[in-house]
Amino acid sequence: MSDDNIRVAPYIPRHLVIGFAVMLVAAIGLASYAWRMRKAVKAEPVVVNDTRPLAPPVAGPTEQVVLFVAHDEDGSLRAEAAQIPMPSGRQQRTEELLRALLTIYLDKNSPHVLGAGADVRSIFLVDPGMAVIDLNSAFADTHRSGILVEDLTIASLIHTISVNTPGILKVKILVDGKDRDTLAGHADLSSFYDVSAVNQLAAQLQSQ
Amino acid sequence: MRWIKSSGRERWLGLAVLVAISAVLLSGAAPEKHLTVYSVAANYSLPVVQREGHDYIGLLELLEPLGKVNARADAPRWRLRYYREEADFQSGKSQCRIQGRQTEFPGKFLLEGDRGLVPVSALSVLLPKILGGPVTVHEDSGRLFVGNIAVHFTASLAADNANRLVFNFTSPVNPSVSTEPGSLRLAFTRDPLVSPASPTLTFGSKAIPSANFSEGNGIAVVVVNSTIPVMATFTNNGRTITIAPTSTPNVAQNAPAVLTATPAAPNSQVSQLQAAAPSNASAPASRRYFAVVDASHGGDDHGETLSNALLEKDVTVALARSLRQELESRGITTLVLRDSDANLSVDQRAVFANADHAAIYIAVHAASNGHGVRLYTALLPYGEEDHGPFRNWSTAQHAAIPLSQTAASAIASELQKRQIPVRTLSAPLRPLNNVAGPAIGLEVSPVGADLAQITAPDYQQLVTGAVATAIAGARDQLGGAP
Repeated sequence: MSDDNIRVAPYIPRHLVIGFAVMLVAAIGLASYAWRMRKAVKAEPVVVNDTRPLAPPVAGPTEQVVLFVAHDEDGSLRAEAAQIPMPSGRQQRTEELLRALLTIYLDKNSPHVLGAGADVRSIFLVDPGMAVIDLNSAFADTHRSGILVEDLTIASLIHTISVNTPGILKVKILVDGKDRDTLAGHADLSSFYDVSAVNQLAAQLQSQ
Repeated sequence: MRWIKSSGRERWLGLAVLVAISAVLLSGAAPEKHLTVYSVAANYSLPVVQREGHDYIGLLELLEPLGKVNARADAPRWRLRYYREEADFQSGKSQCRIQGRQTEFPGKFLLEGDRGLVPVSALSVLLPKILGGPVTVHEDSGRLFVGNIAVHFTASLAADNANRLVFNFTSPVNPSVSTEPGSLRLAFTRDPLVSPASPTLTFGSKAIPSANFSEGNGIAVVVVNSTIPVMATFTNNGRTITIAPTSTPNVAQNAPAVLTATPAAPNSQVSQLQAAAPSNASAPASRRYFAVVDASHGGDDHGETLSNALLEKDVTVALARSLRQELESRGITTLVLRDSDANLSVDQRAVFANADHAAIYIAVHAASNGHGVRLYTALLPYGEEDHGPFRNWSTAQHAAIPLSQTAASAIASELQKRQIPVRTLSAPLRPLNNVAGPAIGLEVSPVGADLAQITAPDYQQLVTGAVATAIAGARDQLGGAP
């Protein structure tokens, strides 16, 4: 038998074997870690309703404003003076006005209860004379249904900003940035509110 | 020979026994169930079949008399096309796609050969979407009303003769009449007659103490109970039926006092608007109903959840029916827009009120908060203007607002007379702003803290009676509205 006929077993260098073993152990370890993390994420409760305000309240000099607060007990709208911090920007001022209203409505002794988590996402003032109020979904989804109770909310929001921010002629109300048919089954949200018509409604509600 | 005679007798005897058994079996069998369909196009009756313990009907057969329809079976799918509306069903499924939109319905669709069967209980969901209009299904009695086809009636004793009962119908009717001792039966097989607010009507007459409305297997029946023999006389082109003792001479030719308009003296607010709406103005020729009463919400839209067991949509139907009864008893033809638990969009509601040129549209709502009744007129959205002869849809109410306020004021003063707390307000409440004629919203809540009052028939009648009286009083002004 010549040397040419000797069959040599395939040879894998030692350093490659060690490297492969280390990588295999690392892969198994990482997979195990990922599996455990996945379980931990699943077990963690998901926060559905974040009831924190979407923007921090403004600090600074306060100013006296008039808020028109709905009262369910007699279905009226009442003018109430309030001292609130008011920024200089027109848009920020209207946001603070509505935030002050919501503080009243979300209080445990609220005269016109709104659902937990109700908030105004933002307000846009668009010239000429147009305001867009963007409510969050909790505001509309938890609002009580009924013509009068929805009428009171609409009148309170729009009349408050129109009295304190002159020049607004029409108001559109969105929910989570989108069009919605009604607030809670009755008050129409599909069109622009005519501020002068809402001011007349506010006068009717104040005279009761 | 004797054998032949005997055989003949036995054969006859056997035949007689067979006939007797068949007669007994047939008499015991339930009558075939039918669904009667009433529509502007045709009134017709279809057999109902039983599948899996439920009533089913062939959808193609149902739609064929109503318009251009065809269907194609491609098991397990079945496609239907009604004019431009397309519906896609699958055998054994309780969902379908109508115009690409997923629609769920009670029961399951069945495909038998090329024939598509749907549960009768699903018709109130499917047909409004396929036909594009309101459909009312009286499932228990096998009656289906397409559009505003229902015929309503009032029954009252003649003013000059307490032994004469006068039925007035909103459209001509042609019932078959039969008499039995103690009653007279009017069977309406082809007339879309619907129940008054209460199926039992009582009269202060010893001769004719009461009448009952019932419906079943596609037929409406009115049974007049009497203590003396009575007969029916048809007048006014089939719109009036007078029930009178057989000995009494034939009745007068025209409608009795109950339908002759005797408007009450207009109140001060109505008088102020006389110049704008002349009292002698004639009603539009196309008006079929003076008042359209809209039971708000319905179907998937529950309205306010008044309590765990009480939904606003159910209370509004009861109130609307009561209001119709009160209005019709004052001679005011009335259409209840939603007389069942049907889905009806606010646009559809406005379309019906506008198409009929109703003199007044009343949207009925109910609420748990507040005390008494609130009356609303439209709070119109920001200035969208009419273009030439075309009115803007969202502000169509604009020209009619003064008359709407007149009606609201008249109703408010009538409610106050009856010690019911009332407020008049404006509200962004659709479809008030889309109705071209006078339109008001009526929100009824209990006077006190007891929510049960809102469903009490006497309270409902107190409210609806006041509303009807006020509308009857202002009918001349409202009747002239465009």
